[in-house]
Amino acid sequence: MGTHPQVVNQRGRLRSPAVFLRRLSDGDAIAHFVTLTFAASILLITSLLVYELWINSRLPRHAFGWRFLFTSVWDPVFSHFGALPFVYGTLITSAVALIIAVPLGLGAAIFLAEMAPRGLSDILAFLIELLAAVPSVIYGLLGIFIVVPLVRDYVGPFLKSTLGFLPLFQGPCYGVGFLTAGIVLAVMIVPFIISVSREVLLSVPPDQREASLSLGATRWEATWKAVVPFARTGILGSVFLALARALGETMAVTMVIGNDPKISASLLAPGYSIAAVIANEFTEASGDLYLQSLIELGLVLFLLTFILNGLARILIAATETKGMASE
Amino acid sequence: MVTGQQCCNGILTFHSRNSYALSLTLIPEEIWSTERVCEGPPKQPNIERRRAVKKAISGIGLLMLLVLVAALTITGAPRHSSPPADTILLNAAGATFPYPIYSKWFDVYHQKYPNIQINYQSIGSGGGIRQVLAGTVDFGASDGPMTDEQLAQAKVKILHFPTVLGADVPTYNLPGMNVELNFTRNALADIFLGKITKWNDPQIASANPGVNLPAKDIVVVHRSDGSGTTYIWVDFLSKSSQEWSSKVGKATSVNWPVGLGGKGNEGVSGLVQQTPYSLGYVELIYAVQNKIPYGKVQNPAGKYIKADLASVTAAAAGVANTMPDDFRVSITNAPGATAYPVSSFTWLLIPSKIADPAKRDAIKGFLKWMLTDGQGYNEGLSYAKLPQAVVAKETKAIALIQ
Repeated sequence: MGTHPQVVNQRGRLRSPAVFLRRLSDGDAIAHFVTLTFAASILLITSLLVYELWINSRLPRHAFGWRFLFTSVWDPVFSHFGALPFVYGTLITSAVALIIAVPLGLGAAIFLAEMAPRGLSDILAFLIELLAAVPSVIYGLLGIFIVVPLVRDYVGPFLKSTLGFLPLFQGPCYGVGFLTAGIVLAVMIVPFIISVSREVLLSVPPDQREASLSLGATRWEATWKAVVPFARTGILGSVFLALARALGETMAVTMVIGNDPKISASLLAPGYSIAAVIANEFTEASGDLYLQSLIELGLVLFLLTFILNGLARILIAATETKGMASE
Repeated sequence: MVTGQQCCNGILTFHSRNSYALSLTLIPEEIWSTERVCEGPPKQPNIERRRAVKKAISGIGLLMLLVLVAALTITGAPRHSSPPADTILLNAAGATFPYPIYSKWFDVYHQKYPNIQINYQSIGSGGGIRQVLAGTVDFGASDGPMTDEQLAQAKVKILHFPTVLGADVPTYNLPGMNVELNFTRNALADIFLGKITKWNDPQIASANPGVNLPAKDIVVVHRSDGSGTTYIWVDFLSKSSQEWSSKVGKATSVNWPVGLGGKGNEGVSGLVQQTPYSLGYVELIYAVQNKIPYGKVQNPAGKYIKADLASVTAAAAGVANTMPDDFRVSITNAPGATAYPVSSFTWLLIPSKIADPAKRDAIKGFLKWMLTDGQGYNEGLSYAKLPQAVVAKETKAIALIQ
C-alpha cells in the first residue's frame, strides 16, 4: 500500500461517490455529523446563555459597575442593588454542605466499594441513587419539619454552649439560617458523592489492592493508601459535581435559609443565596433596573460556578502530577 | 486486501469531512432507494445490514408518523368539541392572590357563553404589568396599582378595574397563650422597624390590658417573595409611620429592617407556627381557610377591628366617595368606624383601545357580568365583595373601553 499511494489516491477519488455512499450507509459519516451537531449545540446553548445574561443585565452593570459585587444593600424601593450578601450566603452554605457531605459520602463509598458484600453494596447503591432523584422541594419540606426544629432546639444551643466562644456560633438561633441550609444541602448532595465515588473505587484495578496486601498492608491500609489515592481524580470529580448542585440549589435553600440578605459571621444567623433571591423576586420585579439586577445576579452565579469549576480543574491537575511523582 | 480497505477508508474520511452538505442531501435517497448496485461478492453482508437499517428507519418513520397523528388529534380535539361559532380566546396574566376567584369566574362565564374562553396565567402582578405593557396579553391583573411611570410607558392608556378585595392579618405564636391580641398601627410599624423588640413592650401591653405578655424577643417574619400581600402590608405601614415611609417605603418587596423571610403565605405561616414568639402577616383568605388565629388592628377611628369580609368591604366603602376616576386608590387606613385598616383592592388592567371588536365586546361583557352576577361567587371563596358605590362607578367606566 505504501508503494503506490498515488494510484490508490487517484482510484479512491475516482470511485469516491460509490465508496462514499457505502460509508454513509455504514453510519460512520452520519454518526460523526450527528454527534458533532450535539456537541456543538451544547457550546451554542452555553454561549447563548452568557450572551442573554450579559445583554439583559446592561442597566445595573452601567449603574453600579463593580460596586454591584461589593455592596450589601438590596433595596427595590430605592433601587440600590448589591450582590454581596447573596454571594456570601451561596458560598457559605455550599462550604458547610461540603464539609459535612465529603467525609460522609467518601466513607460510605469506601464501605460500599471495598468492605460490604457485593450484593448488599449494589442494593444500597441503588437506594442511594434513588435519593438523588427526590425533588428538592421534598428536601425543603423535610428541612422545615425536621432539621429546623432540631437545629433550633438541640444543635444550636449545643453548639453555643460548647463552641460559643467562636464567632461562628453566636447570636440568636431561629432554626433557619446558614447552618440549616448547609445541612439540608449536604443531605441532597451526599448521594452524588457516594454514587460516583463508589463507581470510581470499584473500577480501580485489583492489582492495586493485591500488590499492597502482598506487601503486608492491612485491608484498611490497602484501601486508604493504595485504592483511594488511585481513584482520587474521580472522587474529586464527584465532589465538584456535588458542589455545582449545592451552588445552584434554589427551592430547598429558600425554604430553610431565612431569606434575610445580611452578612453574619454566625452560622446560626439567617442569610440568603443567589438562586433563592432570583426565585423569590423574579416574578414580581416590576422596574427594569430591578429585573436586570436579578439577571445580573444570575450572571454572577454563572461566573461563580465557572470560577469554582476552573479551580477544581487546577486542583485535579495539581494532585495528579503530585501523585505521579510519588509513584 | 485488509490494508487496501484501510487505505480507502482514510481517503474517504477526508472526502466525507469536506462534504457534509452533500452527505445530508444524499441520506434519504440512499436509504430509501429500493434498487441497489452490487459491486462484488464482499458486499453481500453489507446489503443485509442495509436492509436492517432500512427496516429500522422505516420503523422509526412510522412511529414518528403515529406520534404526529396523535399530536394533531389531541390539539385538534378542542376545536371539534367547541360550538361552531368562532371562539373568542382572551389571554390574561397577572396577580396570584385573586387567582382562585378569577379562575372560578372565567370558568362560569365560559359555561354561560361557550364561545368566550379566557385563559388566565397567575404569573404575579409584576409579570401582569409587564405583559400588558408589552401587549402580549389581552388584559392583565395586579394587586398593586400601576405607577405613573409605568402608565407613561403604555402605548394605549391602561384602565384599572377593581375586582375583589383582600386584606392582610397579623398572625403570631405565643406558646401557651391563646389570646386575640390588639395591635396599634404604631406598634406594628415599630415592630417591623425593629424598634420594639420585646413582647411586653408598653406599646403592645397598653393595647392589651389584662394580658400577661412575656418578656421575650419578637421574631419578625415577612414574605421573601415579591408579593401583593407585602405591598398591602407595607402600604399600611407607610401610612401609619413617617419613619417607615421614609426609610423603607412600599413595593412588592422591600429592604426589611428586621426579620426572617418565608416564601408564600404558607412559608410565613409555617415559620410563625414553628418559631416561638414570632409575628408575621398573611392574607386574610389564607388565615381563614387554614384556621390560623390572628389579631385585631386598630383603625384610624381608634377601634380595634378583626378582619372579616364585612370589615374589608367597609374599608372600600369608606373611600368610595373620594375615589379617583382611574380607581388607583389605596384603601389602607380607610375612614369608617368598622373599616379594617389593612385592606386593598385588586385590579384588572385593561387597555382602553382594543382593535378587535369581538374581543372588545367580550371583555366589556365580562366586566359587566363580573360587577353584577360575578360578585355573588366572592364570599364562597372568602373574597370580600365590592361595595355598591364602587360597582356603580366601575359600570360607568366600562364605556371608556373603545
